[in-house]
Amino acid sequence: MPQRLTAVLTAALLSVGTHVSAQDKPLAFTGARIIPIAGQPVENGVLVVQGGRILAVGPAASTALPAGAEVRDARGKVIMPGLVDSHSHIGGASGADGASPVQPEVRVLDAIDVRHASIQKAQAGGITTVNVMPGSGHLISGQTLYLKLRDGRVIDDLLVRLPDGTIAGGLKMANGTNSIRSPGGPFPGSRAKSAALVREQFVKAQEYKARRDRAGNDAEKLPARDLALEMLVEVLEGRRIVQHHTHRHDDILTVLRLQKEFGFKVVLHHVSEAAKVAAEIAAAGVPSSVIMIDSPGGKLEARDFALENCAALERAGAEVGLHTDDGVTDSRLFLRSAALAVRAGMTREGALRAVTIANARMLGMETRVGTLEPGKDADFILLSGDPLSVYTEVEQTWVDGVKVFDLSDPTDRLYARGGPGAGESRRSPLCCFGSAWDIIMAANGGN
Amino acid sequence: MKALIAILTLSGTAALTAAETSQPVAILGETVHTLNGPAIKDGLILVRESRVAYAGPAAGRTIPADHRMLRAKVVTPGLIDARATAGLSGILNQAQDQDMLDRSAPLQPELRAIDAYNARDPLVTWLRSFGVTTLNTGHAPGALVSGQTMIVRTAGHSVEDDVINPAAMITVSLGGNAVSRAEGPSGGAAKSPGTRAKAVAMLRAELIKAQEYARKREAKDETKRPARDLRLETLARGLDGSQRFLITAHRQQDILAALRLAREFNLRIVLDGCADAPLVLEEIKAAGFPVILHPTMARASEDTENLAMDTAARLAAAGIPFALQSGYESYVPKTRVVLFEAAVAAARGLGFERALAAVTLDAARILGIDGRTGSLTEGKDADLALFDGDPFEYTTHVTATVVAGRVFTDGPR
Repeated sequence: MPQRLTAVLTAALLSVGTHVSAQDKPLAFTGARIIPIAGQPVENGVLVVQGGRILAVGPAASTALPAGAEVRDARGKVIMPGLVDSHSHIGGASGADGASPVQPEVRVLDAIDVRHASIQKAQAGGITTVNVMPGSGHLISGQTLYLKLRDGRVIDDLLVRLPDGTIAGGLKMANGTNSIRSPGGPFPGSRAKSAALVREQFVKAQEYKARRDRAGNDAEKLPARDLALEMLVEVLEGRRIVQHHTHRHDDILTVLRLQKEFGFKVVLHHVSEAAKVAAEIAAAGVPSSVIMIDSPGGKLEARDFALENCAALERAGAEVGLHTDDGVTDSRLFLRSAALAVRAGMTREGALRAVTIANARMLGMETRVGTLEPGKDADFILLSGDPLSVYTEVEQTWVDGVKVFDLSDPTDRLYARGGPGAGESRRSPLCCFGSAWDIIMAANGGN
Repeated sequence: MKALIAILTLSGTAALTAAETSQPVAILGETVHTLNGPAIKDGLILVRESRVAYAGPAAGRTIPADHRMLRAKVVTPGLIDARATAGLSGILNQAQDQDMLDRSAPLQPELRAIDAYNARDPLVTWLRSFGVTTLNTGHAPGALVSGQTMIVRTAGHSVEDDVINPAAMITVSLGGNAVSRAEGPSGGAAKSPGTRAKAVAMLRAELIKAQEYARKREAKDETKRPARDLRLETLARGLDGSQRFLITAHRQQDILAALRLAREFNLRIVLDGCADAPLVLEEIKAAGFPVILHPTMARASEDTENLAMDTAARLAAAGIPFALQSGYESYVPKTRVVLFEAAVAAARGLGFERALAAVTLDAARILGIDGRTGSLTEGKDADLALFDGDPFEYTTHVTATVVAGRVFTDGPR
């Protein structure tokens, strides 16, 4: 390869890396109805973002536009925080294999395709932060990943870093029928056995932690590294939240019982029968991430699924989030789940919190995302109308002050609507998109 | 035995209390979409003897004292789900309640939906609670010829009481999981074709056999007529047009194969699924067959990876008759709901009027039942859905569903 071309290629790669960086100049959206989630909706509101953060948000009358701000007219539009999905399977991710029902050492991090069409579709649905989980066929199926849906080239571009530099994520657990398999193998054959296996692991982790704590800084006394137990210790120390699949009312109570015994932070996921034990869930102070599906059943543990779960939990005083469980429901229609919750009795405000700040709290990310407040990440969506109306479309999705989806862009529109090509991964900028290709062509004398 | 009879009687009574039978009903709707003409403001529908006795403006009409009064913001004809498996693919999704697909052979047109339909499956009630009054339900895609569909009301009593057409369509699948490429047990039936071309060859061979069979059955000499063969008999009904073929085809090459088969054997077909329809609109239009389009919110994968939420709008623009469906689901959700599928189609370019027609009158026409349902017309069955707002808005509720004059309030949902 000629040296000149190599240099240009390198430059192109760098520019691909930087063209997605947030604007330095303040960017202001004016005239929109703004639903900040933190506080009441604002008619004729202003949202100002800069450097990937929210600079200001409020009524036009009392929110000054910074000097030099680029102003975009958003009259007739609705602006709200980017949606947070607390349970999804986008990116073609997989988790543990069939070797054992307990595999906390397995990371979804090692299995995600950031160009996967499902990620483009999630952006089209207004999702900006997502908890990508391994499946529910295990008691512990691995480490989940909290992603910001930036247009990344590699998984690192989408990661969320905690203050100590570690990668943000949870631990996926499940009980009920999915992890129960026929006898003879390592998988449990009953619900009680499932709980016993999990308790056994956490007792081991407690002992591992005690040995580590006793050893202190004495390297000689430290127990050998154990990837599985290390992960469970993170959970025991409250540094990682358990994201727990559970449907039937008795399975829900089992999760609460184990949570009490080991003191970990947990979010209940799906909770098909939450309405039956809403008081117990509320009393435990444990949040729920609820799924809204179009009919009950499809599996034994979802037979008594009720559309009224969100309303029942809300009335009981429990924290309620919603999730797509994509592909069970479609990320592009995530707002529909909030609307269906309202149809079945939840308050409008509660349902909008359930797809934003409530989910952010369930991921421990509430200081960064989930509301429109100064200082928070500039993650927001522009809607054509009311967020709970079927006739409303997500027109733009912004992450860290960068537009990652625009319905008026033909490629983005394809992912939003579907059609030939919508199932294919996002193409590499170096492969087919104009700008980088043009640079290379120019470097070769235009041929 | 006595105890058993008592229990049976009790359960029968319970079913009847959900719906009131013979009482005449008067329904006042702020907006009534009759599908006969423009929407009526402040409309009235009178229901007597399970039929629509009047549908029109309320002004100037007196409501007889013996009529039960219902009020709604919006009234539409009962919704028609043009292709379902509800009643055969039960709510539990366990082996004992999954009767939509027999995997013992690839070609089993003789499998009748009426012999498998569970009128009391909770999912039938579930669909009814969202305004659905009529289903074209039966055997699922997944075998080359998986069986038949029937047209049934969602009253949920028994197949005998509820059935409208016991042998509506013969269910054929091209491509997809009707083709079995893997060794050993897979999604398809035993001895399934291994390629698309083999599938069509098998089907053609069987149709030729059925032609032959039908010809011999006409023999003047009774002794020369062949013995009855349920399988060939069914295909012969398909060949003479008395029972249509419902051909599930998603990929454009499968859609074209279906049209090719129809030409060769002069078949009356209905296309089902059609994820790739936008790629072959002209061919579909020229062939003149209707489409029962995949659910708007169906998952895009493999054969359906090209599906789009605005395909209904494209079919409408091309002038191709179509209806919407709940389809077959192998997992969660175990059934979709045509009200929801129509709602998303309406919002993705189809518009309110056409979306409503796709789950009422247009569906009735495609199913051949527009003489008795699909619009609010005097003399037709009293099939209605009552709403407290725009039927397609996510946050609107179905307040009652009327199935042939019986009022069901399973919700409000």
